Amino acid sequence: MSTPLITPDLVAVDVVAADRDAATRQLIDLLAAAGRVTDAEGFHADVRAREAQMATGMPGGIGLPHARSAHVTAPSLAVGKVPGGVDFGAPDGPATLVFLIAAPDSGDAAHLQILAALARRLVHESFRQSLKDATDAATVAEIITREVVPS
Amino acid sequence: MKLVAVSSCPTGIAHTYMAAEALEQAGKAVGIEVHVETQGAAGSTPLDPQIIADADGVIYAADLEVKDKDRFAGKPFVDVGVKKAVHDAPGVIAAAVAAVEAGVPAPVAGAPVAAPATKVDRNAGVGTRIRQWLMTGVSYMIPFVAAGGILIALGFMVAQFAGGSDGVVEVTAIPVSHLLNDFNVLSGMDWAALLFQTGAVAFGFLVPVLSGFIAYGIADRPGLVPGFVGGAVSVAVGAGFLGGLVTGFLAGFLALWISRWKVPKGVRGVMPVVVIPLLSSFVVGIVMFVVIGQPIASLMNGLSDWLNSLSGSNLVLLGALLGAMMGFDLGGPINKVAYTFAVTGLATEGLAADAVQYRIMATVMAAGMVAPLAMALASSARKRLFTHAEQENGKAAWLLGLSFISEGAIPFAAADPWRVIVSSLVGSSVTGGIVMAVGSAQRAPHGGVWVLPLISNPFGFLMAVAVGMVITAALVIVLKSAKPNPIVQAEQAVDEQQAQLVPQAV
Repeated sequence: MSTPLITPDLVAVDVVAADRDAATRQLIDLLAAAGRVTDAEGFHADVRAREAQMATGMPGGIGLPHARSAHVTAPSLAVGKVPGGVDFGAPDGPATLVFLIAAPDSGDAAHLQILAALARRLVHESFRQSLKDATDAATVAEIITREVVPS
Repeated sequence: MKLVAVSSCPTGIAHTYMAAEALEQAGKAVGIEVHVETQGAAGSTPLDPQIIADADGVIYAADLEVKDKDRFAGKPFVDVGVKKAVHDAPGVIAAAVAAVEAGVPAPVAGAPVAAPATKVDRNAGVGTRIRQWLMTGVSYMIPFVAAGGILIALGFMVAQFAGGSDGVVEVTAIPVSHLLNDFNVLSGMDWAALLFQTGAVAFGFLVPVLSGFIAYGIADRPGLVPGFVGGAVSVAVGAGFLGGLVTGFLAGFLALWISRWKVPKGVRGVMPVVVIPLLSSFVVGIVMFVVIGQPIASLMNGLSDWLNSLSGSNLVLLGALLGAMMGFDLGGPINKVAYTFAVTGLATEGLAADAVQYRIMATVMAAGMVAPLAMALASSARKRLFTHAEQENGKAAWLLGLSFISEGAIPFAAADPWRVIVSSLVGSSVTGGIVMAVGSAQRAPHGGVWVLPLISNPFGFLMAVAVGMVITAALVIVLKSAKPNPIVQAEQAVDEQQAQLVPQAV
């Protein structure tokens, strides 16, 4: 894997957002700044389309906006910690941890294995808790890089 | 228990895999092996066919069309959608376990598997498996009961309109050759006879189908031939549906045993087509004709003699006894002894209108109506005690009971013999006693309420039927409440879960 799934500059530890759209946009801007998303507006539209199909909020305060998009250059993850919470349509309340998954449209199967591994890790409470406990961007990125290994 | 699952979601990068992981973890937590095929963007590796073969049930946590769904055909399943699996995997596992225990078979889309689904869970306890084998036979028999019984009832209805009050008696006397040679489209009586004869033929399949599909449940396809043959022999020797239950189990285990013989490769090819059906049918034939047939015949003769010696004594007691016999095996040999006793009495010449023979006929007819009517009443009054199939059958049983077709209660008796038979025995016996006491007399051999105009004191007759019906229904409800049927409970558990799950599946 030439490009790591996440780097510290793709983590925002203190996101303040009025709604899921705004929170998602802040994370998209991080990906765009890192050159992983070529067209922030276009990618945002793809994420909105996915979110409209089915809300991605999960129990335990997780929001999981994601999309496969032609505007993405490498499989990437941006993480936002939202202390005030933002609603992602989960049954048990707003999300305090938002994962934005960006997948390239043309990515082959091997390329996408890393995202499958990430999704599998997200189910584990211990993994989510360690990310909630992490206070700075470097720690968050380090935990994810260490824990998410394609099978 | 082992489960397989398929997960998929619109994007194929997140929920597909979260659902897979959540199901595997939730399964592990309760000691259930769950193998998940992730049909997502990162390609999907098909499950090993052996894993699918070993699995007891299937979970569809898929928002997209499941690829190659026919691989899972015939297995119990739950279809929950991907989101439910991510949010509440333990609940989904529990629902799948309930579905496996209930043995809900998957409807086979496009029917790639030609065999009808059996509902038998090979890992269940002996009692549960016996019940599931019985239910397999009963569920295939029910349509024959409904079609045949309703055709016969319609025949009686038409006969009453076309032939007047004697039409119902005459319709049963019209020979089949008349329909073949001289059928008159304008004759109501001919139509009535046509309905009656067609229904009677459909009824002829009742015991063979019961026996055949019990054997099918036990031994799969090899059980069909000896099962059907055994059922037909049971009818031929007059052993009725109780005989059919025996032949079903006998044929099933015989076929299963023979199919497990270790045979040379050359013979293996002809085993299912020739050897198993041939040997097992022959053995079933020997047992039924030579071993069981004679005792049943002697039993019938003995009972007939005994009844004749009784007829001089207390008539109410005789009525109660005949009623009990009618209610005991619902069209089987004992029922037939009582019925034959009544019908042969009708042939006596020069009887007075209220002769004992006519009163016996009324008694037997009333008692024979009790069991199906009581099952119809019980299954509509206390739905929770009956399987879905029984509730459906209960609706047909109203008409069958009113037409004096005792066989309408057989599906209930075959599924739960002693509770239904004990209840039916008591209720029919009371009805028999009451009819004798009120002195109803009847000169038609068949027809139920359709021959009411021929019955003296019809009000007393109906009252007797109603009393027996209520007693039998109440008894069967009490007995079934005391020990709930696990199949019914499992069905209800699944119903409730599906009611919860379906609206949330996206």
